[in-house]
Amino acid sequence: MKFVRRNAVWIANPLILAVFFLIWHYYIVIFDVSKFILPSPVAVFGGLWELLTDPGTFRHASITVYEALAGFAIASVTGILTGAVLGKVPWLERTLNTYIVAAQVVPKIALIPLFILWFGFGPESKIVIAAVLAFFPIFTNTLFGIKSVDLGHRDVMTSLNASRTQTFWTLEFPSSLPAILTGMEVGIVLATIGAVVGEYLGGNVGLGHLAVATLNAYEVDSLFAVIALLTFLGFVMYLAVIGARRVIVPWHESVMVEKRPPAA
Amino acid sequence: MNSQIDVAEGAAATRPTEIEFSGIEKRFETAEGTVHALQDINLSFARGEFIVLLGPSGCGKTTLLRIAAGLLRPSNGRVLIGGRDLWQNDQRDNKAVQELGVVFQEANLMPWYNIEQNIALPLKLRGASKQDRLQRAHELCKLVGISGFERRWPRELSGGMRQRAAIARALSYDPEILLMDEPFGALDAMTRDQMNIEIQRIWMQSERTVLFVTHSISEAVFLADRIILLSPRPGRVHSITDVSFERPRDMRLQTTLEFQSIVRDLREELEEMG
Ligand SMILES: Nc1ncnc2c1ncn2[C@@H]1O[C@H](COP(=O)(O)OP(=O)(O)OP(=O)(O)O)[C@@H](O)[C@H]1O
Ligand SMILES: [Mg+2]
Repeated sequence: MKFVRRNAVWIANPLILAVFFLIWHYYIVIFDVSKFILPSPVAVFGGLWELLTDPGTFRHASITVYEALAGFAIASVTGILTGAVLGKVPWLERTLNTYIVAAQVVPKIALIPLFILWFGFGPESKIVIAAVLAFFPIFTNTLFGIKSVDLGHRDVMTSLNASRTQTFWTLEFPSSLPAILTGMEVGIVLATIGAVVGEYLGGNVGLGHLAVATLNAYEVDSLFAVIALLTFLGFVMYLAVIGARRVIVPWHESVMVEKRPPAA
Repeated sequence: MNSQIDVAEGAAATRPTEIEFSGIEKRFETAEGTVHALQDINLSFARGEFIVLLGPSGCGKTTLLRIAAGLLRPSNGRVLIGGRDLWQNDQRDNKAVQELGVVFQEANLMPWYNIEQNIALPLKLRGASKQDRLQRAHELCKLVGISGFERRWPRELSGGMRQRAAIARALSYDPEILLMDEPFGALDAMTRDQMNIEIQRIWMQSERTVLFVTHSISEAVFLADRIILLSPRPGRVHSITDVSFERPRDMRLQTTLEFQSIVRDLREELEEMG
């Protein structure tokens, strides 16, 4: 039993996947589903093999990753900066609050054609889209982090006569890091979505474009392969951000808890 | 170690005044109206005195201590620290604040700094070199009895050890005055006794003035040169009790009749307040 519990992840996950593929396969066989609607897992694996061995794929994938990462980087810098400034200057936040809420509520996906109109069919428009989507979670989490600094810690800094700059770098910023990282975890996912949707709608490179192209050619198994590759790449980027937590906030509960021995 | 600190009333009177409250009044404006927290507080403490503020919950002890620390502005009256007005033209006097070390009820250590970084934080803010900071943090860990834990995260320490680190942080820049708000309130009785002995030892090694808030009568009598008893609503000075047991005091003192009679008198006074 102990062995099972300790290795649960390594035993359960392959099992879940195997069951998933089996159900998928037999669903198609039993209900005789057209391969243009849902290809069998075997066909998808074939499509994936083709995709991965095609030298063009690397270019498409790297462009999508580049757009997502560039957008994410821009969103991180601007989101943290604006969040920090508004968190430190309450009157500015009160003044701008209405506009911020409005900008958040706007369905930004609907604006994507507009961005393509403004920034063209190249990677720039996708970077902008990725950045706009990723900006808000990073910004709001930074603002929230700065505003929820512990009052006891603030008292310490006041009693030590710390300047505003000192208070920011020794208290407000580190104390907000866990929240900022949470925003970035959401942000990297949204940046990837932004880049891919941008490619759906305009341009002729990137995995998003490849997905549309395979669909137009009725190569549904290739479409599934592209989706699988996208999922994998998104997963890797997401895990990288999650992993950064261990390095950046090793002191935080979210990291410390994992290091503890399990309760009996 | 200097065991000859003279706490007789006469000697205390000749020493220079370190903290002075004159005509202090504090009102809090809240949604439900004005809370009159402190009224007409006039007190002065000599350098090197160990002063304990005692009183029932809500009588304004924390408020008075925060006023002394410059964390709150009195509605009326003046606070003098080493002869300097703490508030001048709406500004806190930085020179006066530099002489104050504050220890709160919670240790309030920064979770993102390890113990030595926490202890050395005030020195960092003052621009001391890294080497000096670490050196000082190391000495202080030894002084407060947490050597060997310099590189640990605060959450890896027990409550008592964290409070020791908070005391070390307040001592790091050698302030003339220590302000402590129920620093051991969250500790169990045994650790608390031990911490009281240690705080007495640390205090006796220097000429520091201590203003210490508690609502434990026996802690007050054990530590204090003078006990300021506050009565609530609004907080006022009810009585001042001199405690002149020899130092260093140890826990056996608590079993003596003199100790118990002071405790009993204070308890009666507290009970009369209701
Ligand atoms: N920021 C505030 N706003 C409004 N009222 C306050 C504030 N701080 C304190 N008070 C009020 O002032 C009075 C004194 O509070 P204070 O915290 O100084 O009491 P205390 O003696 O430290 O009590 P305890 O022993 O429970 O810590 C209380 O009635 C409290 O409600
Ligand atoms: Mg209090």
